[in-house]
Amino acid sequence: MSHLFPKSANRLPLQIIIFLVVAGGIVTAAVNYYATPKYTRVGYAPIQPVPFSHELHAGDMGIDCRFCHSTVEKAGHAAVPTSQTCMNCHSQVKNQSALLAPVRASYESGESVEWVRVHQAPDYVYFDHSVHVNRGVSCVECHGRVDQMEVVTHSESLSMGFCLDCHRDPAPNLRDPKLVTELGWEHPQGADGQRADGETFIHDWNINPPQSCTGCHR
Amino acid sequence: MRYVYLVLFFIAVLAVGALGFRGSISTRPPLEVFPDMDRQSKYLPQDASTFFADGRTDRPIPAGTVARGDLRADRELYTGMNRGGEFVTGFPAALTIDRQFFDRGRERFEIYCTPCHGQLADGRGIVTQYGWGGPANLHIDLIRNQSNGELFNTITNGKNTMFPLGDKINAEDRWAVIAYVRALQRSQNGRMQDVPASHQGELN
Repeated sequence: MSHLFPKSANRLPLQIIIFLVVAGGIVTAAVNYYATPKYTRVGYAPIQPVPFSHELHAGDMGIDCRFCHSTVEKAGHAAVPTSQTCMNCHSQVKNQSALLAPVRASYESGESVEWVRVHQAPDYVYFDHSVHVNRGVSCVECHGRVDQMEVVTHSESLSMGFCLDCHRDPAPNLRDPKLVTELGWEHPQGADGQRADGETFIHDWNINPPQSCTGCHR
Repeated sequence: MRYVYLVLFFIAVLAVGALGFRGSISTRPPLEVFPDMDRQSKYLPQDASTFFADGRTDRPIPAGTVARGDLRADRELYTGMNRGGEFVTGFPAALTIDRQFFDRGRERFEIYCTPCHGQLADGRGIVTQYGWGGPANLHIDLIRNQSNGELFNTITNGKNTMFPLGDKINAEDRWAVIAYVRALQRSQNGRMQDVPASHQGELN
């Protein structure tokens, strides 16, 4: 029998176990790293039908977010603007541009421009923009520095852990609601001042973000 | 045994090569790892619909219907006109004109009006640096002499090259914007008599 099973075969069971542990460790690490919104969502930057630059409009020109996303303070959904909104200016500015042809066509025909949605919570999440914006959670907390994005890119994971971090401790992310669309704003007294003001807002406005399941899932 | 680990190593390198790292830019839609009920067969705002002819989940209000709480019986408040169809000169009685009202007007003005009319309402907003010469200077006599109702009508329905903004600014806020524009017009047309007599000497 020694022809079939050399002496080294005695170590084989142990070697197989070690290999499985190593391979299992690698798979676990890979799932941890890849099977999370930090990998799957962050960096998503779809190609849009019109190459609209938020960097130019919101950054350089300083147009307020709400000029276009005008429902954000009143509704759960922060609406993608109508083509008429674009035409407010682009009926005059660059009104012959080939890049803007889909917008003009949409304005004339009434058909939608088929913008590609970048940030999309799962359908079982009932996120409400208005309640966040009206209590001083800035756009930047979830959407990043959109005013510096030539192409809008998904910058935060928007995972459940991301939501809960803030719901458990909102103070670092609250500011005067007048400043919510000032994406570059930072508290002049740094992190300590931010926390102190945040705690004041929590107390004065009785901010009590839900941590129960039904707070966000119905 | 060495070969087994070598193969494992190459598989790992291949996987990292194919999947990349966190945060890398991609135009492909996010992969939903556990897509249990992520996308449900229900209508969400501004979503696509295969049922309705226009392909939208958002439905227009059918002609001749009034949504609850949206009767708009107060004609002056919602049209800027009185019963006789004339533009009102003052503010509708339903509004309280106070400091808060002006502050609200300022905030709305700075969001929706400044890109064209500028911070001072002098018609020199940012668009004028991008090839549009036309936004109105709100300090000219023509506009200063317009009634509040007429300004309300302009904001609501647009005028000349200005598009309607009634869909973005609700009626109360449009009146607040008018109040703030009136304040701006006052500030841009200050006279020496407006300064208290005790302070007039400081300005000479």
